[in-house]
This record gives sequence, C-alpha cells and structure tokens, in this order.
Amino acid sequence: MLSVLGMLFDGIAYGMLLFLMSVGLSVTLGMMNFVNLAHCSFAMLGGYVTVTLMNDAGWPFFATLPIAFVAAAAASVVLERVFFRRFYHAGELPQCLLTIGIVFVSIAAAAYIYGTDQQPVQLPDYLQGSLHLMGLDFAVYRLVLIAIALAITVLLVVTVEATRFGAKVRAAVNNQRMARGLGIDVDTLFAVTFALGSGLAGLGGALAIAMLGLDPSFALTYLIYVLIVVAVGGLGSIAGSFAAAMLLGVADLAGKYYIPAFGSILIYVVMLAMIMVRPTGLFGRR
Amino acid sequence: MTTQTISGPHAVLQAQARWRAAEIAFWLATLLPFVLAPDYLVLASQVAIAALFVLSLDLILGFSGIISLGHAAYFGVGAYTAGLVSVHGWGEPLSGLVIAGIASGIWGYVTSFIIARFRHLALIMITLGLGLLLQEAANAASWLTGGFDGLQGIHTWPLFGKIDFDLYGYTAYSYALAVLFVVFVAARRIIHSPFGLALRGIRENGARMPAIGASTHSHIRTIYTIAAVIAGLAGALLSQTTETVSLEALGFQRSADVLVMLILGGAGRLYGGLIGAVVYMVARDQFSGLNPQFWYFWIGLLLIGVVMFLPNGILGGLAFAAERLKAAARKRPPVSAP
Repeated sequence: MLSVLGMLFDGIAYGMLLFLMSVGLSVTLGMMNFVNLAHCSFAMLGGYVTVTLMNDAGWPFFATLPIAFVAAAAASVVLERVFFRRFYHAGELPQCLLTIGIVFVSIAAAAYIYGTDQQPVQLPDYLQGSLHLMGLDFAVYRLVLIAIALAITVLLVVTVEATRFGAKVRAAVNNQRMARGLGIDVDTLFAVTFALGSGLAGLGGALAIAMLGLDPSFALTYLIYVLIVVAVGGLGSIAGSFAAAMLLGVADLAGKYYIPAFGSILIYVVMLAMIMVRPTGLFGRR
Repeated sequence: MTTQTISGPHAVLQAQARWRAAEIAFWLATLLPFVLAPDYLVLASQVAIAALFVLSLDLILGFSGIISLGHAAYFGVGAYTAGLVSVHGWGEPLSGLVIAGIASGIWGYVTSFIIARFRHLALIMITLGLGLLLQEAANAASWLTGGFDGLQGIHTWPLFGKIDFDLYGYTAYSYALAVLFVVFVAARRIIHSPFGLALRGIRENGARMPAIGASTHSHIRTIYTIAAVIAGLAGALLSQTTETVSLEALGFQRSADVLVMLILGGAGRLYGGLIGAVVYMVARDQFSGLNPQFWYFWIGLLLIGVVMFLPNGILGGLAFAAERLKAAARKRPPVSAP
C-alpha cells in the first residue's frame, strides 16, 4: 500500500513535468495545426541553459529557471519567424520534415557543445533529502516540482479562461478562420502563444534534469511522451493535457515498477488504443 | 496533351508506361560499379537495399499520400525474419527472402486496417507509435531477437547453392540489384495501372475518391501491404548480405533516414527515391569518418534546406529547371538562337 502511494507520488511529479513540456505544443497544434516535432528541442535548450548557468556561472538553481524559460521562448520566436511561418499552409509532411531536421540539428549541436554524457547537476541542499509524512517519504525536490507545476497550471487556466488574450486564444483554437474574420490577428497571437508554449517547455526541461537526466537524445526520447500527451489529451485542451500527462506519468512508472519486462511496451499500446477509440483525445471536441 | 494520337484512358496509361531511353540508361548505369568501382561493391549493395526500401515508402507516401514515420517496422520484420530463418538452420537466401517478404506482408496487412482509417496528425502518431512499439517488443523479446546485442549466428548459404557471398560484395550487389530491378518493374506496373491512378486520386483528394466509386480504404490496405512486403524484402537483403541484424533495423532513425532519402530525391516519382538513396548513401560513406552525431547535423540542415528550397526533391528541381529552359527556348525568336 505504501509503495503504491509512493509510486503515485513519483508518477504525479513525472506527470507534472510532462504537462509542462507538452501543454504548449497542444495549444499551438490546436491553433495552427502545425506539427512541431521540435518542441522537445526547446525543452532540451532550457535544460542546457540551466546546467550551464549553474555549473559554469555558479548561479543558484531557482535563478536559472526564468532564464531557461526566456531562452527557449526567444529561440522559438526566431525559428518561428525564420522557418515555421512559411509552412503553416504546407501540409503535415513538410512540417514534419522541417521540424525533424531541427531536432537532428539540435541534438548534434548539443552533442558537439556538451558531449553525449548525462549532465551533472548539483541541487541546493534545501531541495535534497525528503520529508517524512504519515509514514511516507516525499522527496523535497518532487514536492517543489509539483508545487511549481500546479502554480503554473493555475496561472495558465486563469490566463486562458479569464483574460482577453485567453479568449482570443480559445477563439483561434476553436475556429481559426472565424477568429480571423472577427479581426483577431491570429498570426501574432500564434507567435506569442508559440513563444509562451516553448518557454514552458524550456522551464519543464530545466526542472526535468534532476529527475529525468539530460543528454542530447532528450529531444527525441521525450518527444514521444509529449506527443502521446497531446494525442491523448486532445488538441488545444489544457485540462486534457493535464489529465493525460498525469495518466501517462503514473501509468509509465507503474508499468516500469510492476511489469518491468513489458512496461515500456504498455505505454505505446495504451496510446494506440486511445487514438483508435477516441481520435480527438480525452477532452477533444474535433 | 500535346499529341492528338492519345485517346481514352487505356492509351494514356500505355503512353505513361512506355520505357524511356533515360530509364534504360539509368539501369545500364547501375551495372557500372562492377567495372568502374569494384572496390565499392559492398557500398553499392547497401545503396541498392536502401533504394528498395525507399521505393517501398514512395509507393505509400509519394503515390498514395500516406505519411509514415515508422516505416522501419516493416524493414525490421523482414530483416529479423530472414535472420531468424537463417539462425534456425535454413540459410538458403531466395526462400529466406520470400519468407521474410511474407512475414512483413502479414504485419503490413494487419496494421493496414488501422492505417487506412486515419489521416493527418493521428496517422503520424500511429505510424510512430507502431514503430516504437515493435522496437520495444523486439527489445523485450531478447530470447528471440537477441535484444540489444542483435541476432547472433546468421549464415547465408551460397546463392542457387553455387555462388558464394564474397568479401568484395560482388554477389551481394548482383543479388540486391536483381531483386531491386524485379521489384522496381513490378512497382512501375502498379503505378501505371488503373489501381495506381486511383492511388494518386486518393493522394490528391481522399474525400472525393469514394464519390466516384473508388473504395479508398481497400486501396490503401492493398498498397500498404505491398509496400510492407517490399520493405521486408529490403530488410531481408540487408540481414542476408551483412549477416547481422540489430534493433537499429527497427529504429526511428532508420524511418527518418528513408524519409530523408525519398524527400531528397523527390517523392511521387519512381526514380526519385532511387536517386535519393544513391546521393544519401554515397554522401554518408564519404563522411563516414564523422561521428554519427555530427552526420545528423548535416542531415538536419539538408532536410531543412530541401523542404525550404527544393520541395519536390532533386528530380522535381531538375524537372522544373527543364521546363523553364524549354519555355525560354520557345519564347526566344528563332533568328537570335545560336
């Protein structure tokens, strides 16, 4: 029983990371139908920014997080302006190829600069150790992680549900052409949303180092998980992404704990079954 | 269009299906490595195998518009089947090839029921998921596949019981080239048949085809199964000529590689994939001193460049240039012509 709770806790922390890394992709996919397979490259960038600032410049961990966010957002804006915007109406195949190309370049660049090893990261003392509660040990870092992710989720939901910007985003996700017809500048809106989403991915990548590790293959390994979250959660749905990320985090860890031989297969089977039964995702409307 | 003699659909298809001089020249050129570069026959056999694999992807992606990010699954099934048949005591290459083709065809037929139902993002996810699922399954079933270490102990018997597979790749290239040519002729017939025309219709407008009475789903299932068989043959050729199979045969990297070759050469053109395979494999051989990590840097740049500037690949670009030249020649008054 206790081990089940501990597993659930770890799964939720893992799910929070997946949520941060995928929510941006879900919203931008819902808005522009742009298949961005390079989304996890932004997460990886955030991770490397944090590692560099901490290990080479001696910054404290928390101070690096906003920089990771900004760096990923800025990089995504540049790529969006230079490459992505030319391909909004080009169909999935060119979009896939372009972004796979970017993934390859990002992986090679990371390997060139940092080598292919796992990046070491020394968390501050107050984030290490664990909290003893009700006969269970909770790793402090994972508690903090969950708290940060929950705060961001609340912020996101409030932004999308209660602000003018959020209303525009929802309009553009629901019906892009109609939104344009009503005078909403969807292109600019998309660029901003894209930057925010990539920034969140960067933040997720930075937070992920201590839990998932960081090496150049990060951009490809976790892309699959992010895509699963997006596909299962439904395009453009924050609540859906959240639910899917939690589900995936817990299911993935449970699979690896209890049936190690087939744990990694289980995830793909669940994903395929999910897409077949509900192609629009858990909360998808289209 | 320009000639008045063509009338009716049969005549159109027949006119398309006629062998052109350039095609005959291309196939004659595939024999050149025997004479000009006998040291590179091993590479040439790898190129022929890659070309076969690209041809398979071209049938579904280029001609039918089915995007796949997991095509290596069928390559891998073929490779592992041929390898397993050999490991369990039957190294005869031709029958091994047939068995591998059947195995990958069965897997292709089974999965085609899923593939035919989806398009767009869902299709990308499904092909990716199926590919990864198979790779993980092969990794987990290490008692059968050897897992991470790959399949050990493959031995391919001499071709027709007489011709040994030599170190220099003489037999390997002849064998792979012969299979490639036979499959190519078959694929060419498929493309220039009414069925091939229906496939292009599905690619151009999948919603309208049922309206003119074409059963889209069954067409997609058929071509997908055929493509799976061809991919399986390519995989089998690889494991028979190199006598090794590893999980890499099923990996995403291989699916991405074959996509790059097709896009580079030009999708939806029979020779596009072949040209792409030649360029890609020769380039990779030239840069083989490079760490694979950095090789993918250039591949990434190449992908970005091709989709930005050469959306129809090398052959598409050449065709475009030829059109422009012709148009310029027509416009020019005959007096000023040199």
